[in-house]
Amino acid sequence: MKRTQKDTEDSARQIGRRSLVVGGIFIGTAAVLAARMRYLQVERADDFRLLAEENRINIRLLPPARGLIFDRGGVLLAANEQNYRITLVREDAGDVDAVLAELGRIVNLDMVTLQRARREIDRRPPFVPVTIADRLSWAEVSAVAVNAPALPGISPEVGLSRVYPMSGDFSHVVGYVGPVSDYYLEQTGDTDPVLQIPDFQVGRNNIEARLEHTLRGSAGTKRVEVNAGGRVMRELDRDPPEPGSDVQLTVDAGLQNYVEARLHGESAGAVVMDCETGEILALASAPTFDPNLFVRGISTAAWTDLNEDRYRPLANKATQGLYPPGSTYKMIVALAALEAGLVTPEETVTCPGHMDVGNRRFHCWRRDGHGRVNLVESISQSCDVYYYELAQRVGIEAISEMAHRFGCGVRHDLPLSGIAEGLAPTMQWKLQNRGAAWVVGDTLNASIGQGFVLNSPLQLAVMTARLATGREIVPSIIRSIDGISQLPPPAADMGFDPGHLDQIHRGMWNVNNDRRGTAYGARVEVADYKIAGKTGTSQVRNISAAERASGVIRNEDLPWERRDHALYVGYAPYDSPRFACSVIVEHGGGGSAVAAPIARDILLRAQLGEVPPPELYPAGQRHDIERMHRDLPILPSPPVPTGRTVRSQA
Amino acid sequence: MSFLEYNVKSMPSGWRKVLYLNWGLILLLIAVASFGFLMLYSVAGGNFDRWAEPQMERFALGFVAMFIVAMVPIWFWRNMSGVAYGISVLLLLYVEFFGSVGMGAQRWIDLGFMRLQPSELTKITLVMILAAYYDWLDLSKKSRPLHVLIPLVLIAVPVFLTLRQPDLGTALLLLMGGGAVMFVAGVHWAYFAGVIAAGVGAVTAVFTSRGTEWQLLQNYQYRRIDTFLDPSNDPLGAGYHITQSQIALGSGGWTGRGFMEGTQSRLNFLPEKHTDFIFTTLAEEFGFIGAASLLVLYILILVFCIATAVMQRDRYASLLVMGIAVAFFLYFAINMAMVMGLAPVVGVPLPLVSYGGSAMLVLMVAFGLVQSAHIHRPR
Repeated sequence: MKRTQKDTEDSARQIGRRSLVVGGIFIGTAAVLAARMRYLQVERADDFRLLAEENRINIRLLPPARGLIFDRGGVLLAANEQNYRITLVREDAGDVDAVLAELGRIVNLDMVTLQRARREIDRRPPFVPVTIADRLSWAEVSAVAVNAPALPGISPEVGLSRVYPMSGDFSHVVGYVGPVSDYYLEQTGDTDPVLQIPDFQVGRNNIEARLEHTLRGSAGTKRVEVNAGGRVMRELDRDPPEPGSDVQLTVDAGLQNYVEARLHGESAGAVVMDCETGEILALASAPTFDPNLFVRGISTAAWTDLNEDRYRPLANKATQGLYPPGSTYKMIVALAALEAGLVTPEETVTCPGHMDVGNRRFHCWRRDGHGRVNLVESISQSCDVYYYELAQRVGIEAISEMAHRFGCGVRHDLPLSGIAEGLAPTMQWKLQNRGAAWVVGDTLNASIGQGFVLNSPLQLAVMTARLATGREIVPSIIRSIDGISQLPPPAADMGFDPGHLDQIHRGMWNVNNDRRGTAYGARVEVADYKIAGKTGTSQVRNISAAERASGVIRNEDLPWERRDHALYVGYAPYDSPRFACSVIVEHGGGGSAVAAPIARDILLRAQLGEVPPPELYPAGQRHDIERMHRDLPILPSPPVPTGRTVRSQA
Repeated sequence: MSFLEYNVKSMPSGWRKVLYLNWGLILLLIAVASFGFLMLYSVAGGNFDRWAEPQMERFALGFVAMFIVAMVPIWFWRNMSGVAYGISVLLLLYVEFFGSVGMGAQRWIDLGFMRLQPSELTKITLVMILAAYYDWLDLSKKSRPLHVLIPLVLIAVPVFLTLRQPDLGTALLLLMGGGAVMFVAGVHWAYFAGVIAAGVGAVTAVFTSRGTEWQLLQNYQYRRIDTFLDPSNDPLGAGYHITQSQIALGSGGWTGRGFMEGTQSRLNFLPEKHTDFIFTTLAEEFGFIGAASLLVLYILILVFCIATAVMQRDRYASLLVMGIAVAFFLYFAINMAMVMGLAPVVGVPLPLVSYGGSAMLVLMVAFGLVQSAHIHRPR
């Protein structure tokens, strides 16, 4: 079929016309496209360039390594441990179940963690690493690394985690760290960006909490290029984190371990101080707990156990516990009377076993009385009636003023959680807080450390150090930060008459070394290590007249929480005091029977620097002491200073 | 030479035909494809093997195919039009039934060395059958309703089959490409005016019905339209790709960030960075100058095609070349409009630049047809 020439020409003309129309549309559209290109790439180029930069650069924070905590000898108390964990990236793993099953053959996987991880894997984007197992041993991580080809998507990773090598010994000094909670952020108002790092740990308690900003360091940053999904493509540059400062404490790890061990089984608190410098050498509260439990996230069961234990392991009895000081308060009263000139050392008071003031009868702990006692005897035999007499002469205001001078009723400034203020009561105090006038009976009670008087073991230790030296010793627990000394300057003399102090010292010497002394059983047989001190037994209940008539119930026959507190304060060596110590055993019974032997052992350990040998003890006690030292959970060899420190984190 | 409708004074034969190829067009094709190789090398992060090398192999294959098609006289291809159309419809039916049942809803047929998408093939065969139809049809009958209906059916069959896949982008290209051949063939303009009026009416109806009881689309479909009109409505959802694409493109500026220096596309802020969104990378790395250059190259290819079409005295050849030109135009115009936020995101590749075997091969065969028409034109 052939077209005519005319048809062909018509067709060509028409196609030509229509083609030009189409061509016009082409050009028009192209012009629109070019205009759009110009608008985006020329007019708005700067806007888009900015947006592009925001898109691709991401700043990641690098966690600083937390400062280390050492004891005075360089023993590591809080360290950073390489924490090996295994992560899984879903995208790389392919068949997640198969990979997890394979992994389960190599390392022991915890079912609960695994289920949590499975949920996490399903929830997160496929390229985000999810932790499958935490705190693995080096052997397990090695096994995973060796089997890497069979475990796609699995990678062993390492981070830093806090570890407390001395476990429970320092939980009441060093404290522990924990995760950053919303509550923490709200309470502290802390806006440090480092807190936003996942799994970052902050101090929750004691030194770790109070020196948080010293220990924390500051975050580093790395700028990374990320893609649309947030996956890191490469690192552009990094500004390394600045690790926290290392803190050296005044405590002695070996002594602390011994003290905690010696208090084992009791609900007790004890403080050992250097009499000269005020450095706290040991600050123990028993029972204690393993701070590592808190770092790892404590289980509900373990938490309930700690909370419901009637011995209250979580409370720091050495600094937070307040107890009536009992007879350990008597030196204060005696010194107040001596300094006021209201009594002479030679003057005697007759003790018939009680004293009647007004229509009330105040008893001495010894029912048949001490007979005639002078000042030294009143201390060594702990005669209550002598102090009832002194209290009436001196009055409560002078007693409390003296108590304050010795740090009782004063909040000592230590970087620990919750330092109790205690109470050295005054008339004003009673009127304000109890709404009642002070009566003379209150003064009598206060003179033997009962009634309103409340002290913590820390305060009693400071009191003892000041009594022993006559200088205004200030307690301290931070020895140095990054090698820079934090110790206070030498303490000033308190300005007491040396003769008066000497009388007190002689009384305290006789407590341990005179046959009639209340702590004669807790004496030391070797002259170089002789100790001086004072026992105390503080009642936590009222003894009624009826009970007194029928005979006071013995402590052993009372329920635990109604028994007396046993107290002891002392120092050693007697000639040139170096160590002051206070011990309180909650509901322990008598101070001379329970607290004094503990304090003697502690003071011997402090002087010797090792577990005291039996030769230092009275002959009759050596066998028992030896057996006790064998049974106590004391470290077999003292902890050694370590130079190994983990300083940086990848 | 009984197929010729015109008198041939001189017709090249044998290897002499090579001299009569439209070498300008060939150089343009090589230039555009080279843009593609560069960009594929760049988006693969400097990896030659990943996309650039296979693309070059396909371009070489396509080049050979173009030569073979060009050597065969155009009248042979006219006689093959019906067969080609029939085969491509059968292939579409094949992937429709067997692809979905046996091979998991795939749109392609594995030929061993490449995967052939029948819908790509159809873009050319539809133009061929329409050109052949109007070549056969008596000129006076071309605007009669019955004779308008026949090409509409020819267009509707593959459009329906590709919509079923579902491949909206290709279906639109087929519809517009077919319509363009009908327009060039001289079908009365009133038909087109009618269609455009109906389209405008439908869009108006869709929008005015929104929020009323008788609204025509589902709510989510309206939201998609909203997103297209203003991507910032949904920056992390459906609008994300459009926003990211514009950021990448705009950040190129006048001269671009430089070859291999683009950050947005390489860092996966873009989807389909080696296929549908490759223009974004080009615009980011070579800037306005690079992007405009590519546009100019495309326009020049169209100019060569229109020139070839107008020079013809054979109705089939003219219509075929114009149909191919329109299909080619629609490819790059829709793609560019899409990445620049002027059109909704539909899966249309950038011709000769995007990574893809079928489209490349089919386009090169189509330019083979153009070359054949050019060689065998009247002199």
